[in-house]
Amino acid sequence: MSGAQVLAVREKQELARQEEQTVPGRTYVPATDIFESDNALTLLLEMPGVGKNDVDVQIENDVLRVEGKIDYAAYKDIEPIYTEYNIGHYARAFTLPNKIDRDAITAQVENGVLTLTLPKAKEAQPRRIVVN
Amino acid sequence: MALFPDPFGTLLGLQNALDAFRRSDWLQSSPSASGSYPPLNVFRKGDDFALVTELPGVHGTDLDIQVKGRTVRLSGIKSVKYPEKVSVHRRERLEGRFDRSITLPIEIDQDKVTAEFHDGILAIALPRAERDKPRSIRIG
Repeated sequence: MSGAQVLAVREKQELARQEEQTVPGRTYVPATDIFESDNALTLLLEMPGVGKNDVDVQIENDVLRVEGKIDYAAYKDIEPIYTEYNIGHYARAFTLPNKIDRDAITAQVENGVLTLTLPKAKEAQPRRIVVN
Repeated sequence: MALFPDPFGTLLGLQNALDAFRRSDWLQSSPSASGSYPPLNVFRKGDDFALVTELPGVHGTDLDIQVKGRTVRLSGIKSVKYPEKVSVHRRERLEGRFDRSITLPIEIDQDKVTAEFHDGILAIALPRAERDKPRSIRIG
């Protein structure tokens, strides 16, 4: 534990949308990790406050759109007296490589982190050629 | 139902309220405030305070909360792990340890402090100690 570095604060980044919004409210960009294994691409998105029923993942024209809605009803009867961060919904979009098996994408939320597993299509997976 | 139900019940109304208290020196002026991660929001409900922070990907078992007098200390470790034999294309999630303590302007009843941790959000309820509560004085 002593060897681990001390965490720095990174300011939340507001999403710059291509389309303009009609509903008032600010949206933030979730911090994302992407890694690739032999058979899948995995995306990990940090969306604190977003439960598993509040995530919306859509694919449209090679673009993967992820949206997470926070539940701000809990803030209704309390009064802020000191704040260091703001809250809001999350949204981010990624262009998909065409070697993804779109029907097999799975999503999972745990501790405010959304994990998206994008399995590669059969033809894109590495094959070992046996030399005779 | 109206498309925009209530101007103050919207998310934007709440966001503006949160913004109004940003960059105040309410806690910075305290000599015992230390550390900067995680960012904290402090709320008040009646006499009691609540401290809310975002800790996505942190396990409850890796968190340590201590309360004494007016001070709350929050420490722990946030780790980001990848499986073996993968190539990482993008790395934005931060990892490391954190230790933050802040001093509030009220005395906390440390036996009644409760904490909840759901979906990466930690909420610590800090009830004000009975002896610290203001009393109304009646003019005789």
